Amino acid sequence: MLITDLPPFLLFYLGGLLAALSRGKLRAGLMLATIALSALNLWMLPDGFSVQAELMGMALEPVRLDNLNFLFGYLFHIAALIGVIYSLHVKDTLQQSASMFYAGSALGAVFAGDLLTLFVFWEMLALTSVFLVWARRSEQAYSSGMRYLVIQVISGLLLLAGILLHYQKNGSLAFNFIGLEGLSAWLIFIGFGVKCAFPALHTWLTDAYPESTPSGTVFLSAFTTKVAIYAMARAFPGTELLVYIGASMACFPIFYAVIENDLRRVLAYSLINQLGFMIVGIGIGTELAINGAVAHAFNDVIFKGLLFMSMGAVLYRTGRINGSELGGLYKSMPKTTILCIVGAASISAFPLFSGFVSKSMIMSAALKEHFNVVWLLLLFASAGVFHHAGIKIPYFAFFAHDSGIRCKEAPTNMLIAMGIAATLCIGIGCFPELLYRNLPFATDYSAYDVTHVLTQTQLLFFSALAFVWLNLKGMYPPELPSTNLDADWFYRRPIPRLVGGITAAFWAVDGAMRRTVMSVLTTFEGRLAKLNQDNGLLSRGISTSAMVAWMCVLLAAMLLLKFI
Amino acid sequence: MSQSQDFFDKPETVKWILRGLYILCALLVILDFVVHRHTEHPWEGMVGFYPIYGFVGCVVLVLVAKLMRRGLMRSEDYYQAGDKEVGRADH
Repeated sequence: MLITDLPPFLLFYLGGLLAALSRGKLRAGLMLATIALSALNLWMLPDGFSVQAELMGMALEPVRLDNLNFLFGYLFHIAALIGVIYSLHVKDTLQQSASMFYAGSALGAVFAGDLLTLFVFWEMLALTSVFLVWARRSEQAYSSGMRYLVIQVISGLLLLAGILLHYQKNGSLAFNFIGLEGLSAWLIFIGFGVKCAFPALHTWLTDAYPESTPSGTVFLSAFTTKVAIYAMARAFPGTELLVYIGASMACFPIFYAVIENDLRRVLAYSLINQLGFMIVGIGIGTELAINGAVAHAFNDVIFKGLLFMSMGAVLYRTGRINGSELGGLYKSMPKTTILCIVGAASISAFPLFSGFVSKSMIMSAALKEHFNVVWLLLLFASAGVFHHAGIKIPYFAFFAHDSGIRCKEAPTNMLIAMGIAATLCIGIGCFPELLYRNLPFATDYSAYDVTHVLTQTQLLFFSALAFVWLNLKGMYPPELPSTNLDADWFYRRPIPRLVGGITAAFWAVDGAMRRTVMSVLTTFEGRLAKLNQDNGLLSRGISTSAMVAWMCVLLAAMLLLKFI
Repeated sequence: MSQSQDFFDKPETVKWILRGLYILCALLVILDFVVHRHTEHPWEGMVGFYPIYGFVGCVVLVLVAKLMRRGLMRSEDYYQAGDKEVGRADH
């Protein structure tokens, strides 16, 4: 079969269609074959490949490959492959088809050379991914998916408004550096920011991701936010504001993660924390920092995917995901335990694991550009990440007190998917050159110098010591069945209540008016009825002679009037 | 297999793991005196900066998070109960 120069998203859309029409092993084969063919297609595309088009006089570039986006292309193929293998046991056409369309939309968005194409795939990301939330088929997943969709579509509309103004101003739709100047740029910036999970705009992520199915969350964690990171890196590198936004994103979620009970929600918070590091890198904007952001996005998809997969396996086997209900699972799921620990070590940036080689680039860049306070915040966030994702997740799920749950080890396909991810985590950690070689800018950076290794190890071991100390002192907050209020409270509680209150007031006024009119009408009706009753004015019998007499009177009156 | 089943439940094992951690921590601090680190941040050069920052940072993190619970924690079905209430108000 000859495939030459297809737009990267096309095969995935085809695969989504095939997945919808096939069943069982055939579907599994078709999906895997699609990913393999699509990867081959991407590999064969020449450097600087571009597709030009024109729509109503506007020059478009639906596909463009360059240094910044081609690594994302491969990353999304790896993520899709891992996700599809992880979900091979699932027999749910909706989920499997949606995940292919979703991955395709992500490819479409990162390879979009113009803003209009970007917008189309931006919205497609929202429309295709929401089905992965709804696929859980619970009432909570449904309402959470609704909120997710609304916010994602709003992000798209902000983007569209920004694009229209941008086109009006510049007369071009090319998707290149925009820079934070003027209303159009701000609209685009905030549109991107929603999907980057900027503080206070982040709640769609922590709300919806943990409500999805075990495999749905694995897909969700890989694509939307990384597309947004790519878009930010393309349009707003070196925007200083991003450094501060990123630093706050790296810090605030770790507090929530410490007290959150739903372990997949803990991971959702830690996903925002990792995005914070990338945003800082983009904000610094030097070659080293952008390299760091892209490298960290690459690693994050894999180790965060691995962590979500391990927790998904726990949810799949035990039906539970709250830290307060789990514990002691290493006895039942030893392989999952080890794979989870690999993911935990990677996200915590232990030397020899993937997080270390990319996070240290961003940290170094922050120091080089003299963002000293930001650097301290990032260091704090690094210690905190180890605390909640590195220790809390494996500890409360697999160790801690024995919950008494005995279940089967994760299914083989899940173990294979986690195994691939774990291999990549260690592989990149040990041989970072493989990753560095493919970064947007040429680099001679090396993470493995004595200072980095020693200081990072010190930081992590003393964080672990803090965990042990707090636990022994009984000061560590226990896992409690609870909901923690976050920014989504505003649109889930006061706003619906306010709207509910206004509606109720409206109906009350409406009701009162109706009642008044009704009572007037009823009174009038009552009067009429009275007049019509026996001996009422309107129902009396009148004798014929009286009638004649009255006729005479009337005639006389008319005659009189005539002659006056 | 049955022997290793409750491996991590034994107090002995936990004790040894903790001892290992303490020894490694001590070693890492000692290394600070041995290894020459090149530093860029003004605080970085202090002996024991990273260990202290990591330890104190985590303790502060956990204590602040515990404090946050007082203001932010609600029952598990907080929103579900609320949704139903709002739902009722509509009718």
